[in-house]
Amino acid sequence: MTATVTRAAPPGRPGTRSRGISRQTRETWLLMLPALVPVLLFSVGPLLYGIGLAFTDARNTRVHETSFVGLENFTRLLGDDEFWASFKIGAIWSVSVTVLQFLAALGLALLLNERLRFRGVARVLAVVPWAMPPVVIGLMWKLVYHPDAGILNDLLGTDVNWLADFSLALPAIIVVGIWTGMPQTTVVLLAGLQGVPKELYEAGHMDGAGSWRRFWNITLPQLRPVIVAITSLDFVWNINQFGLVYVLTQGGPGGQTRLPMLFAYEEAFRYRFAGYASMLGLAMAIVVLAVLGLYLWRQMRETR
Amino acid sequence: MRRVPQYVALAAYVVFLAFPLVWLLSTALKTPREMALADPTWIPREPTLANFADAFGEQDLVGAAVRSLVVALASSVITVLVSLPASYAMARYRSLLNRVAIGWVLVSQVFPFILIIIPLFMILRDLDLVNTLPGLVAVHVTFTLPFALWMLQGYVRAVPRELEEAAAVDGAGRLRSIVSVVAPLLTPGVVATLLFSFISSWNEFMFALVILQDPDVMTLPLTLVRFTGPEGVARLGPLAAASLMATIPSLIFFAIIQRRLKSGLMAGAVKG
Repeated sequence: MTATVTRAAPPGRPGTRSRGISRQTRETWLLMLPALVPVLLFSVGPLLYGIGLAFTDARNTRVHETSFVGLENFTRLLGDDEFWASFKIGAIWSVSVTVLQFLAALGLALLLNERLRFRGVARVLAVVPWAMPPVVIGLMWKLVYHPDAGILNDLLGTDVNWLADFSLALPAIIVVGIWTGMPQTTVVLLAGLQGVPKELYEAGHMDGAGSWRRFWNITLPQLRPVIVAITSLDFVWNINQFGLVYVLTQGGPGGQTRLPMLFAYEEAFRYRFAGYASMLGLAMAIVVLAVLGLYLWRQMRETR
Repeated sequence: MRRVPQYVALAAYVVFLAFPLVWLLSTALKTPREMALADPTWIPREPTLANFADAFGEQDLVGAAVRSLVVALASSVITVLVSLPASYAMARYRSLLNRVAIGWVLVSQVFPFILIIIPLFMILRDLDLVNTLPGLVAVHVTFTLPFALWMLQGYVRAVPRELEEAAAVDGAGRLRSIVSVVAPLLTPGVVATLLFSFISSWNEFMFALVILQDPDVMTLPLTLVRFTGPEGVARLGPLAAASLMATIPSLIFFAIIQRRLKSGLMAGAVKG
């Protein structure tokens, strides 16, 4: 049944299958068509085209003969110091944002799961970053970090241009990354916490387990699938981050916050190396898939 | 007493989450003179709405807001029109396409946008759609579609099949039963999907940045970013005001779906 639907029956020609199925198949495809066309044209097509471009010397200009160059872009990438610098920044950014955001969100979710007063305030606040356009989040934090009119220097009694400082810019945007991503992670973890059966805690209580032991032996193992899922998603989102950091620093100062996607964007749209930038994207996709695969595989082996 | 550390921690979270928001609001309500003070103030001494008026006075910002509105309206309406029939097919007929659609949502998350946006830019350029709003609408529709489909088919699934069968028994044709039985029950789902698509398009920055390079056709997020020039602190007030106004559509959206959030994901988190 499922298999028959994947292939379109030629219209008007009753095949070997019964009439009903082929009519249903035809109807399915007819109903799907308006949605399929744009997705194929502007999303699946370009993705395949982009993978192809990675093996060419394509320039992002109208007048350029494109030819196949094999793995030339890849060898260029391996020898490109600027790429490796950007890769390192991307690794620091995505790992620290994912880990810190997870720890912060876990703490908040545990608090929100307790019967505390005023937790409604925190609950609403935890959803607000979700409701804000990424560009506005970036601009808001620029106001906070502003060397003259910003509040942070005043609070800390410092006189620092946070986003223009070579060693402080990356930590500064990592804080913004954590602030931005906390809502999703908190909401998902909270939902996970509420799914832990109450009986387990009661049993733990009877066995005389303290709150720390209960957290370590009941909550964490029960939460594990949720934790694996949300940290994987967060990692992917973080390593592919572009807009927020573009608004905050445009990759500056001196490339200190140039995440891989900002690097690729510059290569493609400022220097117009479309082929090279595509290879960078492809290489990053492979790295992400490898990291994700390793992580999920290890998690699955440990749970068994 | 055991609760004290917990309340301290909760307060710390509230401060961390709230202080940038408070600062944005505070900046939006300040006069340029107060902004230039060496010692920044949390609460404006002479709060003013002049920044909001100034933001409306900026030709660029108003034009960009109108263009964003047009793009978001067109994208959301087209997205829903295109995904309605498909979602019906997904929900009513068992099909591989079902899993393919969900799989595509996941795959499109893993692949970096650069891999799609370079060829997309080239395709749009060949179609003469670069620097045009229809070009951006096409892209927004494409990238909202998978999730909108998935949302809508959930709503279709919730409409009992028996209702359609009853209509058929009463002699209604297939189309007739869809229009007069399924469609009215689907309205809340359609509204939610419309809002979701609208917000996605209204907030979108990355594709707009690549596709709209001419300042005359830029949408609101792009113009807001351009607005922060090196001109110093004088324009920070209007910028903050405009940023707040750009957030209004999302806030409306979240206020509307709040009840659903409560009954769904956040169930229990709100009680007590």
